[in-house]
Order: sequence, then structure tokens, then C-alpha cells
Amino acid sequence: MNIHEYQAKQLLAQYGVAVPSGEVCETPEAARKTAEELFAKGEKLVIVKAQIHAGGRGKGTFKSGFKGGVKICLTVDEVFQNATGMLGNVLVTKQTGPDGRLVNKILVCSAADIKKELYCAVLLDRTTSTPVIMASTEGGMDIEEVAAKTPEKIIKLLIDPAVGMMPFHGRKLATALGLKGELIGEAAKLFLGLYKTWWECDASMVEINPLCVVTRNGKDAMLAVDAKISLDDNAMYRHPDIQAMRDLSEEAPLEIEASKHELNYIKLDGNIACLVNGAGLAMATMDIIKHFGGDPANFLDVGGGATRQQVTAAFKIILSDPNVEAILVNIFGGIMQCDIIATGIVDAVKVTQLNLPLVVRLEGNNSQLGKKILQESGLPIISGDSMADAAQKVVLELKKNK
Amino acid sequence: MSILVTPTTKIIVQGITGSFGAKHTQLSLAYGTQIAAGVTPGKGGQTFDHAGKSVPVYDTVAQAAKESGATVSVIFVPPPFAADAIIEAVDADLNLVVCITEGIPVRDMVKVKRSMQGRKTRLIGPNCPGVVTPGEGKDSSGGCRIGISPGYIHKKGNIGVVSRSGTLTYEAVWQLTCRGVGQSTCVGIGGDPVNGTSHLDIIKLFEDDPDTHGIIMIGEIGGTSEEEAAEWIKRNCHKPVAGFIAGSTAPAGRRMGHAGAIVSGGRGTAAAKIAAFKDADIGISATPSEMADTLLKMM
Repeated sequence: MNIHEYQAKQLLAQYGVAVPSGEVCETPEAARKTAEELFAKGEKLVIVKAQIHAGGRGKGTFKSGFKGGVKICLTVDEVFQNATGMLGNVLVTKQTGPDGRLVNKILVCSAADIKKELYCAVLLDRTTSTPVIMASTEGGMDIEEVAAKTPEKIIKLLIDPAVGMMPFHGRKLATALGLKGELIGEAAKLFLGLYKTWWECDASMVEINPLCVVTRNGKDAMLAVDAKISLDDNAMYRHPDIQAMRDLSEEAPLEIEASKHELNYIKLDGNIACLVNGAGLAMATMDIIKHFGGDPANFLDVGGGATRQQVTAAFKIILSDPNVEAILVNIFGGIMQCDIIATGIVDAVKVTQLNLPLVVRLEGNNSQLGKKILQESGLPIISGDSMADAAQKVVLELKKNK
Repeated sequence: MSILVTPTTKIIVQGITGSFGAKHTQLSLAYGTQIAAGVTPGKGGQTFDHAGKSVPVYDTVAQAAKESGATVSVIFVPPPFAADAIIEAVDADLNLVVCITEGIPVRDMVKVKRSMQGRKTRLIGPNCPGVVTPGEGKDSSGGCRIGISPGYIHKKGNIGVVSRSGTLTYEAVWQLTCRGVGQSTCVGIGGDPVNGTSHLDIIKLFEDDPDTHGIIMIGEIGGTSEEEAAEWIKRNCHKPVAGFIAGSTAPAGRRMGHAGAIVSGGRGTAAAKIAAFKDADIGISATPSEMADTLLKMM
């Protein structure tokens, strides 16, 4: 699960991480009020930031033509104008795809006087199964590019989960980043806060980019200027407060619908829909469609014990995608019975009045009975013998129709 | 022989009275597997009866192990209680724990892994189909079936199978069986980002097992477990290995069903894993339909 920047900063602030002061706003009027308060406190600059679950906001463009999802403002009026330009409009960035994301909320906050931009993140190191805290002097950059081109500029510390992060870990990172004097202690405290947020909130990743050295009241200080947190879905049952931060408007409607039926669906760009049992087999089915020259429209795992109702729901979901021109069903009935799946498919074809080519490959438990049910249904269902045979047949059907 | 378990291995089922655990205990009993005891806290003293067999239920794993002499357990408890169940089995000094449960929080598994350091127990999974050593009877019955794999697709023989995915394991096993080729042991290591046993751990066991003559290794996007195994195979493995990697078409940054199946920060791509396989002379199955044939051509 992903959350917005403003929500990430709320969580971080609870763990003692310094973040810029500000408010999340849903109307230009609220933005004006927040800006007035910030300027009254003596802030010289105020930033308006569109809140969407995607990066590249600063360089993004709204469908209205308005440019930029992150704006630095000198006056209250400027804040109001930018808020008006962003709220209720669709922002397209390099991470959103061409459809963009509707901006319902903006973060209005103080703009720091930045002296140095750094990078810091806490995540899981899969090789050692322990938390890892990463930092770099190359803040504000695309960290994947830094990792690829100059890996020596990324410092990594593995943390023993039995002991947790110690203050010295923080000091070690701070000095490695070239921080001096009082900033070492302050940065160490911030790093500990990031680790604590990661651990206690069951985060998958906590990322601060940039983490800044700023001038505040004539002194140097540390500040988490941007923040990104993603969370472990499997742990959200024990964090109702964080679960409440889920923003359904950021998720694809079909994926939400699928999750209601306990189906795992991810929409892709192709035109051959697939319906498969098992995540590995579902991925492999997408791959084999591509291998034979087709283009998969989705990932869909109906799980190990799919019911007739779930199969019908799955058909409705894949047919809701207007790009879909053919369907491939690939079931390895290990424990589940192929005849039950076949009955579900026949039901679904009737209920949805399917008029697209449908290729079905049934293997395993009662597969002969399942194939017989499909044959005797009188429906134009094409049977595939192996995964390769089924994938080739569905690609061929699509070509015939063109 | 086989790896990890043999048809005489005695097994404890943790969560035997839950619907999922009960169903698969019945299937394992029907397969001929030595289910020696069950554990459900508070239900000690009851029995689990199926097909003329009566399995005693205990309150704790330690009691179950002591009374039954079992050295292996399989876990079917829900995600919030699964980490506790694994650590209980480790505390009872079992040789092997197979955790089927899907959806355990990563933080729980990080703690479990840390607490297992220096202990004798091996963990397989979580989020896995389990382990099967096929038997000599009809439809491979009489073997050791731990977990949720369909028993009848197996056949006793000399190919080792290791995979992160359940259904892809079944696919590979079934391809072998349909060609008249049997398996020594089939191991699903699970689709989670933190698991107990890696591809490499299992490959090493297969290399040392005289009755395993060839290996199918199935991987998927996310992590670097396949690359680590390939690196070792290149230098140390004397047996033919064929492999398939799922997820070439998966979009970056999305979790493809399994919690661990994600390409993040440009790491864990199918292309990188396939390149590592090629470098180690592992036979690459271009599609999941050719896993068995790819290996058989090498033997």
C-alpha cells in the first residue's frame, strides 16, 4: 500500500523526524488560509505540492495545460493561483502514464533554505533478510541512476533486527555523508526516527529524497523535505490508523473490484486477457502469450480454490477492459477440480454473453470431464492441450479476426 | 533416496483442526504420508480421524514431538499467528518446518529468521506448496507429501524440482510424469521476500543426493536468489540443470501476486536472471511448456 507525501510526513513527525511545517488542503481557499498563516510566522517562501502517488510531479503537466505539480510561491495570491491550477485537475508525470492522476489534495508548506541535498532510505535487504539503511550525498537525484553509475556514492548499513538501529549507526551514516559538529547528532536522531517509522509501521520502504541540510534561525539543521512511504499490505491488519490512509482514488477501479472477489488482477496494455490459477503460472501465461507474438492484457490469479462465482466475477472484470479482444484461460487443477472450473466458465460465457475468442487449457484433476463439459456446452470454446498450444491458438484467433 | 524427507518421515501438523489444515491432512493421510501428530492449542487430547487412521492432537509442538517422535512439522495457521508457530517448532528442535501460510508480515519473518540463527531447524516457505518425495504406489502414493501439492501428479524417480511458485512446480512435475520421468523430491520454497530456504540451499542438497540425476529450477522476478544459485552451479554443480524464469512481461514496481515477485529499483528482473542462467550453462526453457523437455535433452 502506498500513501501520500503529506501522510508520510505525518507518520514521520510522530517518530521525531523534522518535516517542513504546513497543511494539506482540498480547496484554494484553505490553501490561501494556510499560506497566510505561514507567511505571518515569518516564512519567506511557501511551496504548493500536488498530492498523488507518483513521482516526477515538479516536471509534470496538467491536462488543462497548467505546468508543474510543485510550485514555489512568494505571495499568498500566488499560492491561491497555483492551488486553483492544480486542484480538481489531472496531472501527468513520467510515472503516471498518459492517463495521469486527478489531484484532490495539495500540501501547502514552508520552503526551506536548502544548503545541501542528501538521500536516505530504509528498506528490506532480501539477501540477508534484515533491514538496511541507505544514504547518499547525491540527494534530489534519481537514486536508481546514482546506484547504476556511481555505486560508491551509496552507503549501506545492515541493521540487526534483534538489537535494532543504535545511535552509533546514525552517527556513522552522518559522518560518512560529511556532516560535521552538531549536525552529526541531529542527523543521527533523524535516521533513528526513519528506522523506527519503518519498523513500527510495518513499512516496505521509507525514502527521504531530498533529505536536506537547511538554515533555520541562522543555524544549520536537518529537514526531511520530501517523503515517500510504502507499507506491507500483509501487516495492515494491525495498523487500522495507517489502513485508514488508503486512498482508493489512486488505485485502478478494476483492481479494487477484483480485490473484493479475492482475485489478484493487474491491468496491462495488451489485448489478450488471461485467467489463471496461481501467481507463478499467471506470470508465465503472460510470458508465453508474448513469446508467441501476442500481448497480454492483464495478470489475473484466481487462486488455488476458485469458485464458480469467482470465475464469473473474473470474466466480468477482464471484459470491462475495452482493449481485450481474446481470452486465454489456463488452469492447472492440482487440488481444484477442472470440471467445477469448466462449469464456471460455461456459466460466465452465458452470463457475460461473450462474443470474443476464448481458448481454455485445463490440466490436472478431472481435466477430461472438464473438457467434456466445455465441448457439450455448444459454446464456441477452443480447447488448448498444453500452455504452448493454448497460447498459439489464442494468438492465431486474434490474427484471424483482423 | 531423496532430500529433506523420506516416506518414513514422521510429521506434525500445526493447525490440524482448521479447515485448510484438516483438508490437506486428509489428503496426506490418503497419500500414505506418516502424519504422526497434530497441534492445536486447547484441543490437546482430541484425535483427528480419517480413512481408518487416528492422529493424536496436542496443545504444544514440544509435546507432539516428544510423544510421536516426529522431527518435521507443517504449518497451516493464519498469518497473524504463523511466526509464533514457526518459532515454537524451532524451539522444539525439529529438523524441518514447512510453512504453507500466505500473507505473513515481512517484519514477522525478519524476526523469525533472526531467531533461527544458530538453531538446527530448517524452514521451508512460507507461502509455499510444500515438499513431496513421491512413493512407489499407484499415483506415487506411499510417499511423503507435506503441504498442498496434488500427490497424484508425481512419480518416483530421479529429477529434483525446486521453485518459488506452486502451480509452476505442478506444471513442471506433470510434464516430467507425462514423459514417464519421475522425481526424487519436489520443493516449493515459496513466493515471499523473506523465506527460510533458498534455491541455492536446495540445489546443494540435490547435488549431494546420489538419487537425483538432474534438476529443474524455476524462478521468478524479484530478489537475487536465482542469480546466487546460478553462480554456485557454475562452479560446483555436476548435474544437468534446466530452468525457467517467470515474469519477463511483468511491469516494474508491481507485485505480481507473490509478495516477493516485484522488480524494484531495476533489480530482480527476469532478463538478469536468465542471463545468470545462461552464464552458468543452465538449460533455459524459453516457455513454461518446455521445462521437462529442456532438461531431458541435457541428460
